[in-house]
Amino acid sequence: MNITKTLDAKGLACPMPIVKTKKAIEGIESGQILEVVATDAGAKSDLTAWCKSSGHELVNINDDQGVFTFYIKKG
Amino acid sequence: MAIKTMNVQEVAKRVVNKEELFILDVRNEDAYADWKIEGDNFDYLNVPYFDLIDGIEPIQNKVPTDRDIAVVCAKGGSSEFVGEQLVEAGFNNVYSLEGGMKAWSEHLEPVKIADLNGGGELFQFVRLGKGCLSYMVISDGEAATIDAVRMADVFINFAKEKGATITHAFDTHLHADHISGGREIAEKTGATYWLPPKDATEVQFDFKPLEDGEDVQIGSSKISVQALYSPGHTIGSTSFIVDDQYLMSGDILFVDSIGRPDLAGLADDWVGDLRETLYKRYKELSNELFVLPAHFMTNIELNDDGSVGEKLGKLYEENHGLNVGDEKEFRSMVTENLPPQPNSYQEIRETNMGKISPETEEKREMEIGPNRCAVK
Repeated sequence: MNITKTLDAKGLACPMPIVKTKKAIEGIESGQILEVVATDAGAKSDLTAWCKSSGHELVNINDDQGVFTFYIKKG
Repeated sequence: MAIKTMNVQEVAKRVVNKEELFILDVRNEDAYADWKIEGDNFDYLNVPYFDLIDGIEPIQNKVPTDRDIAVVCAKGGSSEFVGEQLVEAGFNNVYSLEGGMKAWSEHLEPVKIADLNGGGELFQFVRLGKGCLSYMVISDGEAATIDAVRMADVFINFAKEKGATITHAFDTHLHADHISGGREIAEKTGATYWLPPKDATEVQFDFKPLEDGEDVQIGSSKISVQALYSPGHTIGSTSFIVDDQYLMSGDILFVDSIGRPDLAGLADDWVGDLRETLYKRYKELSNELFVLPAHFMTNIELNDDGSVGEKLGKLYEENHGLNVGDEKEFRSMVTENLPPQPNSYQEIRETNMGKISPETEEKREMEIGPNRCAVK
């Protein structure tokens, strides 16, 4: 997977992971991948729901002992 | 301008007094559908906060200006974020719920149920957010808890304020919907932790086995807590009769529903026990006993003072689950078309057995959602 941009949202609580993700994704092209690293447990369900409502594709989520890595393909 | 906050005590007060409140819930739609703050005179709007990052235009015309609005999220961060935008847009009736649904889930409201013999007192701790009910019997400087929930310090401090020390912590059964506070209370106060042995075969810590007929005296004024084996929700489920007047029915009998037998995976085996407890063992008891369950499901079950309980005789007249004459019909009622099982119920059972020891934050996550221990 070709990652275009990485966003470190570790240690941030809601709503910041999504606020920053939204801003970061504005800077890449449709079809490119944004990697988001977050530690907030709520980010998992919220990022999933946000991708669905905003037309982006959540390609994959890795959960490494409470550190979540999201791969989002811009829609 | 900064946003005003509302605490969970204020929301609890409005639930109990059936006051008005407009809830703007900004969690995602699945979380909202699963579980929300219930109030008889509350109105609701659910729009996820991530749809409001660019501004509150999508909801500007849907939010009232003539009533208080509580913005609610999971932990209190996103509600503040959305609430501030509403304030900037000119709404001056907006509050952010402090601590969000997590704080709501943990809030306990102590309600006095009765004075007992010789100056004793009986309290019910109502956990409005999850529908859990815990109890404390206080007598002569001693206290006992029954089905205390995870927030152990609330019980320990309450007893302290009453000038009492907790000497016994009882659980009616191994809980599957919430984490018990009994073990932590026992560790912190030196109290004896009692569990029904049939529910505790896999338990990894020391406890005192609670056998049928056990009679424990609280304080020198001799308030007795009598154990009554009453299986069905779990194989070990045990009820308590306190001061010969109050029946703590655990998750066997609720005010408007009955216990479900499937949370330990053995619905078909236990349905006969459940039937026998409800239609025989309990039937032999006095109709005058005041039933105090471990849960309620809806606010309809709340009495005017915010407590939950009813006389056994009245329940035999009015509770549908006690009036299914046909055994087959009863069996299908409690084994088929059951509501979804509580969130994380397996992990919660393992925590209550001491098999896993999650951090506080993980425990909070596990307990998200309603209790779902009943069938109606």
